This record gives sequence, structure tokens and C-alpha cells, in this order.
Amino acid sequence: MVGVANVSRIEQQSTLHGTEELVINMGPQHPSTHGVLRVILKLDGETVNDLDCDIGYLHRGTEKIGENINYTMFIPYTDRLDYIAAPSNNLAWVTAVEKFFDWEIPMRAQYIRSMVGELSRIASHLLWLATHALDIGAMTVFLWCFREREMVLDLFETAFGGRLTVNAFRLGGLHEDVPDKFLQLTQEFADIFPSRVDDYETLLTNNRIWLQRTRDVGIISAEDAMDLGLTGPIIRGSGVKWDLRRAKPYAAYPYLDFVVPIGENGDIYDRYLVRIEELRQSIYIIQQCLEQLPGGPVSCKTPRTIKPPEGEIYHSIENPKGEFGFYIVSDGTTTPYRVRIRPPSFINLGGLKKLCVGQLVADVVAIIGSIDIVLGECDR
Amino acid sequence: MGIVEGKFSDNFITSKVDSLVAWARKSALWPMTFGLACCAIEMMASGAARYDFDRFGVIFRATPRQSDVIIVAGTVTHKMGDAIRKVYDQMPEPRWVIAMGNCATCGGPYANYAVMQGVDEIIPVDVYVPGCPPRPESLMWGVMQLQKKIEQEKYIRK
Repeated sequence: MVGVANVSRIEQQSTLHGTEELVINMGPQHPSTHGVLRVILKLDGETVNDLDCDIGYLHRGTEKIGENINYTMFIPYTDRLDYIAAPSNNLAWVTAVEKFFDWEIPMRAQYIRSMVGELSRIASHLLWLATHALDIGAMTVFLWCFREREMVLDLFETAFGGRLTVNAFRLGGLHEDVPDKFLQLTQEFADIFPSRVDDYETLLTNNRIWLQRTRDVGIISAEDAMDLGLTGPIIRGSGVKWDLRRAKPYAAYPYLDFVVPIGENGDIYDRYLVRIEELRQSIYIIQQCLEQLPGGPVSCKTPRTIKPPEGEIYHSIENPKGEFGFYIVSDGTTTPYRVRIRPPSFINLGGLKKLCVGQLVADVVAIIGSIDIVLGECDR
Repeated sequence: MGIVEGKFSDNFITSKVDSLVAWARKSALWPMTFGLACCAIEMMASGAARYDFDRFGVIFRATPRQSDVIIVAGTVTHKMGDAIRKVYDQMPEPRWVIAMGNCATCGGPYANYAVMQGVDEIIPVDVYVPGCPPRPESLMWGVMQLQKKIEQEKYIRK
């Protein structure tokens, strides 16, 4: 009876004093917003009642730059959109421009594109896992993931000369064939990496703290995710089997076998499991590419000046973060009339409010991490 | 060492106050994590296992109040400029600035309406590290250049 009396007294007090909403600012300088995102949170105690994102701190006018330079010159700028997985962006741009023409891209180039695209997916997911785990409080994962990420960056360096912004592909294929050493090192990496993924899983998958921080936190249903236009691991975590590598195959994906992993509950933990499985599938794809890699040229014959016919085109690929597309309007000259980028991070960030409202303020950090945004492409 | 030579036992080292202070300051540079864009990823790689910045006494701090040096890593837009200035003003003196990458140095490939043409428009820069993005080795070089600069600074005797 005493307990009941106490509860009613607390209730009485809380209605007497009332609670007030507190508005707090997070970012743009905050280590766990993964860049320069600013979030304005409205809190009731520790519960998030409302939030608003302020973006544009990394707006660099990339789309406008695209209107002023020719099609080949824009490739390095695409590197700097989603800088964590630069070759994927190159792939999106070159395949989009190639859609204007009826070029036969040699199969060797297609396979190398797929292979490098998967390597960049591994690099991106590793960085995501490293920073996401660091945000939640696991330091070891950061060091382990960066160890393997350095291996992937070394592969890029062997093939293209750059570590991060590699400028990997050209319109019509590749700039030049990859060295044999690249294939050999990729094979070595593909042999080592699956056991390393197991290592990450021993640290996190059954970790009690990890489970408490991620399970049943930041849930989004499949319907909501589709309504918001979310793509990538976040929609697959909600149980929707949507992967552009399967839905609209490009490069060498029609000839490659892989599984599109999906989650069940659509919480942070499911997104984590989806990405971990994608790491394994990427290695499986790379191994197939290495086995099936045909010989021959790596570039088709392209005109000296790239002048697409008048018209417009939209082409998107499955970036590590979701659907990454380019909408290009050509007026028949050497420079595009309009370049529009469809960034996965920007659109996935639109789901942040849906994910966060009703959650605790400490979970906002975990949820932002689980969306895996990169502000370079979000702000463009 | 002139007059003090041989006056003390083996356990003593004689030095100037200036060099002692400089040695202490350069050996524990705590940078503020100020990752803005692509360079931030290379900055993180510098802090991770392979390049291991900890051995230089460089330990990343998440707050300006605990840091000595700010590594501006990435493109500085006009919108971000205010925030950078605010963070810089919050840092206790003595403070240093490393502009990492071409964007922070001079705007890099982005010469347009949105991007500030170098972070030195708003805060004084000590070391510029070129590259797009600079490799971790380059950043390491930048930190070592800064250490050399700190070594030469005089505090007691101007």
C-alpha cells in the first residue's frame, strides 16, 4: 500500500510542477554526427519529442560545377561526393554517361568495375562499423576495422595510384589495365577477410552491451521506409529485398551470384547484421570476379570529345549507402546542361525524425550511425 | 654549459626554461577532431593502427577546451566558417592550426560561391598540408613541421 501511495504522490508532483521541453543543439561540430550534420533536438527529459536537421555545412556546389566542365573532367568530383566509397561514385557517373551512347564496354572492364565497386563497399562498411561501434563505445572494433580498411586502400593504390579519391574509371572502360599484382593482392585479401569478419562478430554480435544499445532501437517498418524513399541497408534491414544490383543490374552483376541479405525487425541491430552479411557477400562476389575475369581490352573506342546527343538520362547504382543516381540533361555540347545527383544519404537522412522520435537522446547517436550518412553527398 | 658543468651529479640535466617548455608542448599535441570532409577519413586513418599518431603524443580530443591544435580537415564552406571561428576561440592558448588538404589551404578544386578559399581567411594557420586528400604520411609530416615550429618559439626570453 505504501508503494501505491508513493506513486500517486510522484504523479501528483509531476503534474503540479509540469515538465518543459528542452531544445538542444547537436553539431555541426560533434564527433558522432559523422561529418558536419547539425541536429536540433526537442527533448522531454531524455525522450526525443521532435528533431530537425540542419544540413548544408558541406555544400560545395558540385552540381553547378558539373554544368561547367566536360563529362570526363567531372569524374574526380564524383570521388568527393561519397568519399568513403569513391570508386562506386565513379561507377555511377560513367555508367550514367555511357547510357547516352551504344558503346560495347569490354567484359574485362565490367568485371574489374564490379570488383572494385565491391572493394569500395567493403571499405565503406568497414568505416561505418568502425565509427558506429566507436560511437556506441567499442574502441577495439575501430582499430580492427581500420586494419582491414588499410588493406583495401592499398589495393586501390596498387591499381589506380590513389588511396581515397582514386578516380578509378573512365568513360568507355578503364584508363588502363590493372597490374597483375592487384589481382594477386585482391586474392590474398579475399582469402583473409572472411575470418576477419568473424572476428568483428565475436566482438559485437552477441555482446550484451551492443545488444542493449541496438536491439529494438530506431525501428522503422517496411511501409514507412518505402514511403520515405529510403534505400540501401536501411530498407533491407526492414525486410524489403531491394538491391539495384539485382533490380537493375549494371557492370558485371548480371553474371554474378550473390544473396541480398534482409532483416526482420528494422532496428539498428538488423541493419548491423545486414551490413555484416553484405561484407561476406562482397567477398564472395570478388572471388567470382577473380575466377571469371576474362582477358582482352579494358576500354572500348571512344570519341576524342564526348558529345552525348540531346536528351536526358537517369541512371542509378547500388552504392554502399543506397541508391546513388545521376540525372543528366544534355544539350548536345561537351558540357552537361544540368547534373542532378540523387544522394542516398540525403534521402535516408529524411527518415531520421521517424526513427528518433520517442527514443532516448543517447540513442540518437546510435541511430545516426546506423543510417550511415556521409555529408559530402548529402550536401553535395 | 660553462659554469654549471661538473657541478651536479649524473642524475641532473641542465636546460633552458624555453627549451624545456617547448619540449613539453611539442611532445603532447592534442588535436581537436575537426573533420569536415574527405580529409577527415585520412585523419582518422592517421589515428588508427597503422599510422598510430599516439606515438607522437598526438591524441585526438573531441572538445576544443582540451586541445592545443586544430586540424582543419576538409572543405570549409561559408556556412561552416562561423562554427570554425567559434571552436577556435574556445581553444585555450597557446594554440596552433594545421590546414589539412587543398580545400582548407586554398579552396582546392571548389572555386565557387559556397566554399571559402582557404581557412586562413578566418583563423591563422601555422602549417599547410597539401594533397587531395593528403596521405597520412603527409599529415604526419605536417605535425612534425609544427613540432619544429614550436621548438623554436620563445616564451620567457623574447
